[in-house]
Amino acid sequence: MSMLKDWINKGRLKSPWVVHFDCGSCNGCDIEVLACLTPVYDVERFGILNIGDPKHADVLLVTGTVNHRNKHVLKNIYDQMPEPKAVIAMGACGLTGGVFREAYNVVGGVDKVIPVDVYVRGCPPKPEAIIDGVVLALEKVKAKLEAAG
Amino acid sequence: MGKLLLATLAVFLAPIVGGLIAGIDRKITARLQSRFGPPILQPFYDVFKLLGKAPMIMNPWQVLTVWVYLLSSMLTVFLFFMGSDLLLIFFVMTIGAVFFVMGALSTQSPYAQVGAQRELITMLTYEPLIILVFVSIAMVTGSFKVSEVFAYGKPLLYQLPLMFIVLGYALTIKLRKSPFDISACHHAHQELVRGVLTEYSGPQLAIIEIAHWYDVVFVLGLCALFWATSAPGMIILLVVTYFAELVIDNVTARMTWKWMLQSVWCWGLALSVLNLLWLYAG
Repeated sequence: MSMLKDWINKGRLKSPWVVHFDCGSCNGCDIEVLACLTPVYDVERFGILNIGDPKHADVLLVTGTVNHRNKHVLKNIYDQMPEPKAVIAMGACGLTGGVFREAYNVVGGVDKVIPVDVYVRGCPPKPEAIIDGVVLALEKVKAKLEAAG
Repeated sequence: MGKLLLATLAVFLAPIVGGLIAGIDRKITARLQSRFGPPILQPFYDVFKLLGKAPMIMNPWQVLTVWVYLLSSMLTVFLFFMGSDLLLIFFVMTIGAVFFVMGALSTQSPYAQVGAQRELITMLTYEPLIILVFVSIAMVTGSFKVSEVFAYGKPLLYQLPLMFIVLGYALTIKLRKSPFDISACHHAHQELVRGVLTEYSGPQLAIIEIAHWYDVVFVLGLCALFWATSAPGMIILLVVTYFAELVIDNVTARMTWKWMLQSVWCWGLALSVLNLLWLYAG
């Protein structure tokens, strides 16, 4: 049984499927996310897949400012992901609300709505930083798993 | 007794072979797109991860249907290596495929519904072709039994070259490759989310993936029947066929179900009739 558990834990670290949610970003961050999939960066070599279905995903990657309208959608997507899962907030807007943080309709960063594991800063962050963020999220998942035994 | 042993062994080895084929598939696909690609063992990592995810079940039907799908796929491989009747194998395979669609239809998600309808249409497309392939094999060997094909002594490919192309259509659809990946394409986020697989998650998705590996082994087994006389010939035929599948997958775009039905039935039926007439006349 423990061998199966070891294999499952190994799989968790080697196959993070990412669902990307755009909370009203300017598309700068989103283009950088898609750049990770191109032959130059090729995130699939780490087993990372950009998946469209939150029910299949392990990592939620959020870009853009959270506002009062889409915070429910963000929460809904987070709740649809089965455990274990990690959340990455990306870009200046995803971290704090960015230049829009004082607008009347803006809630602020992603962490005001759901718990965030990793913050990737930049406007927009470079693809290398995004890949680093996913790797860091995996280390967090690993630490959580080890703490849980 | 020897047959029983072989078939049992095949049931245990098929997921390993199927997973490795999926891994090599992803690697070669990546290389064709000038990427480095994931490790060969990536499909196993994916499946073990999915087995460890918390279950998120919509209704009891979903659990039942994935298990029936897995069992029927295992039974298909078992019967095939037992040298059993091709028609019986076909019906067992169909039961699994229908249950898989039923599980998707039992949920409320419009994406799963659309994917399930499309999966039904793909079944409608490839099933007559597979039946025609079986009929032509029976016309040549005089029996529907897999064991009779191995006892026949000559490669079927000489007499059924066009039927092999028809089986290639069915193989492309069954492997969910472009241009026929309309029911569960993982590139079609905006169109389908994940189509027929949308509402399956965690362990259920892992079981579906394993059942799919059994299906791949079975369909490649069908291709191997066309060169049943020597093992090296069989392997060369399978490698060439699978590589052709990968090239077709990478050079074509996802098409619509109407295009699929029209082109596959027109070409498939025309090639079948030609080959059967040739057999009948010769």
